[in-house]
Amino acid sequence: MVQFWVFVLAVSILFYVLLDGFDLGVGILFGFTLNEQRRREMLAAVAPLWDGNETWLIVAGVVLWGAFPVVYATLFSALYLPLLVMLAGLILRGVAFEYRNKTERMRWIWDLSFAGGSSVAAFIQGLMVGALVEGLPISNGQYAGGEFGWLSPFSLLCGVGLCLGYTLLGACWLVRKCADEVRDSAYRLIPSLSIGLLVFLILVFAYALVESLRIMSRWLERPYLFVFPAVGIVAAIVLAASVRQRRDGWPYYMVVLIFAAAFGTLAISFWPYMIPFTRGRRGAAFESGLHVLGRGSVRLPAHARLHRGQLQRL
Amino acid sequence: MDATALLLSRLQFAFTISFHIIFPSFTIGLAAWLTILEALYLATGRPAYRVVFEFWLKIFGVAFGLGVVSGIVMAFQFGTNWDVLARRSGPIQGVLLSYETFTAFFLEASFFGILVFGRPRVPPWFYLFSTAMVALGTTLSAFWIMVDNSWMQAPVGYAIENGESVPADWPKIIFSPVLWVRFPHMLLASCITGAFCVAATGAWYLLSRKFHAEAQIMLRMGLGLAAALVPVQLFFGHLNGGYVVHYQPAKMAAIEARWHDQKPASEVLLAWSDERNQRNLFAITLPPPFGSLIDSDSLTAGEVGMNSIPLQDRPPMIIPFFAFRIMVGCGLVMLLLAWVGSYRNVKGSIEQGRLLLRAIFLSFPLPFIAILTGWFTADVGRQPWTVYGVLRTADSVTPFLTTRAATISLIVFCAVYTFIFAFGVFYIYQLLRAGPEGSLVRAPAAAVPNRPMSVVDEPVTVSSLRVGEGE
Repeated sequence: MVQFWVFVLAVSILFYVLLDGFDLGVGILFGFTLNEQRRREMLAAVAPLWDGNETWLIVAGVVLWGAFPVVYATLFSALYLPLLVMLAGLILRGVAFEYRNKTERMRWIWDLSFAGGSSVAAFIQGLMVGALVEGLPISNGQYAGGEFGWLSPFSLLCGVGLCLGYTLLGACWLVRKCADEVRDSAYRLIPSLSIGLLVFLILVFAYALVESLRIMSRWLERPYLFVFPAVGIVAAIVLAASVRQRRDGWPYYMVVLIFAAAFGTLAISFWPYMIPFTRGRRGAAFESGLHVLGRGSVRLPAHARLHRGQLQRL
Repeated sequence: MDATALLLSRLQFAFTISFHIIFPSFTIGLAAWLTILEALYLATGRPAYRVVFEFWLKIFGVAFGLGVVSGIVMAFQFGTNWDVLARRSGPIQGVLLSYETFTAFFLEASFFGILVFGRPRVPPWFYLFSTAMVALGTTLSAFWIMVDNSWMQAPVGYAIENGESVPADWPKIIFSPVLWVRFPHMLLASCITGAFCVAATGAWYLLSRKFHAEAQIMLRMGLGLAAALVPVQLFFGHLNGGYVVHYQPAKMAAIEARWHDQKPASEVLLAWSDERNQRNLFAITLPPPFGSLIDSDSLTAGEVGMNSIPLQDRPPMIIPFFAFRIMVGCGLVMLLLAWVGSYRNVKGSIEQGRLLLRAIFLSFPLPFIAILTGWFTADVGRQPWTVYGVLRTADSVTPFLTTRAATISLIVFCAVYTFIFAFGVFYIYQLLRAGPEGSLVRAPAAAVPNRPMSVVDEPVTVSSLRVGEGE
């Protein structure tokens, strides 16, 4: 049963990242063009799908609550302010879909809220993952880090990283769904976004090595983990080739594969911990206070919310 | 725990959930009505049905979007502000909400896309099917939320393990008798809300002498539906009283402003209660046995007064008392309007009665007020508990939440919600004013060919379907 819920949770988080990832990414790209026709086409490429995509966020939230109430309560109350900002961003970008075509004079408000809300939501999601990977200060099963315990250079870096990742997904989606100018400019962005993401991944990886060798030891214990980065590298090569040859359908799936590979890497390197090894200098072990499905089992049988931006770890 | 943070969290929850419920309660009824309209259009081929459908679909879209975005907040808020509640009841409440997302949200989200973008791309029967699936999705969503809230009102089928409430008997939770009076009550409320909004719009058009054929359809169907449903709703409302008497006597004492045990009981119609001195300062009262008759369907039953409830278990009295009366008052006014209006519809004289049309037009806030006050009665009356008899509100809040963080979040939610609500209402008003034919903005340049999903703001073209003058 626990395995089942872990699976559901992991799948819903992965789906959320892959699906809302591209429409948040399109939202970020939307802010970089002023041409009304292009904006309209970009919006049209995601408008029928965004609410379905965002549903996966609710799924992840409530499955986490139902299956791992202690993790849900601990994480969400710890991330009080970032969650607030993320929700405000998601609300503002969500209503923009309905509102912007109802007005001409005030359209700029909704354009701003669409682009701004998407960027903020993506950034905060990355930031929260970063904070989680780094380890939130916990003592006696309760968060003990204060209002800004999640803030660190590393978490900020992860925020930027996820923005890059989502933007790349968004660009690949536009390549797939749009034509002419929108597609061409999306194509032009893919190389630099990919390189940006790569640089970010290297930074994160270097940081992880310096900060937390425990992850490395897991990798040595579990050599099969290397399958995932290998898949990621193959996908990256195919991505480069498909962009060069302008195969519209391919780039999105290749980036999906890269994200999924990174997700798998992460999931397995943390398993069976749901909240990664806590920051040694700040607090007691986190997992001791956790229960699963009310059965009182103490060892946390999963990795859960973290992996989203950890993608980067590839 | 910080007392101010607790109060702010309660205010925030009350504010965000009240805001949220406005939109689902409108869209649940509207979705069902859209299904009927689409079926009628397929059956009769009469273009006016299609015109009315397309028109209300646009309004549905705005309300649905607001419901979606304000609903996301709810999935997070239990964790952010109500850490202890979330830990203790997650195995039940979290699981129920998971069922909601799996059964309801995916239906809604996938088929709503077809409703808005799929008309030219799917066969008519599938379009009708999609409309019905959206309606089913909204109804299922209401169902799971009512299961969840009913469990908080009268927890059944659970066991306590390590301080957590865990499900011991799912059928008992899902077939709780409390649920099966409350779910129909909420569902009917939503249908009546949809009906009154539609009827009010029809009345408005008749008053301003435009869109005659569409206005007639709206007025006739809206009022007819309301005339049939409001009496059923009053009956279910009465059945709801039964569960309150049985499971939550303290709430009933608050609703009735009853301080002392009485057998048989009198009925306080209107009062101002002085909670400090445990008395009513002023009261209009019907003599016994009216109270017993209303609360327990009996001439002789004894009813519990607030003084028999331990001080620490008492809900506030004023809010449930007045909220309940406002709800019932709205219900009675709606009954009157629906019956008189339908009668005049049958007689064919409704368009002459401008006063009545004006009253129907102005009645659209009534169902919303009734729903909000109904929920205030239910959930303020549940205090001081979050899970009745199991977990107190004061013990549910996140222990380390600071006043500063709670203040910031309350301000942000108030600001964001006010902003999107103001524009939402404004845009819905503009859509209504423009009417079934209108389009608020110019048609965009042609959509990109061969690219599905590129019609986001292409206004629905209905001019070719415009109803003839003779109709």
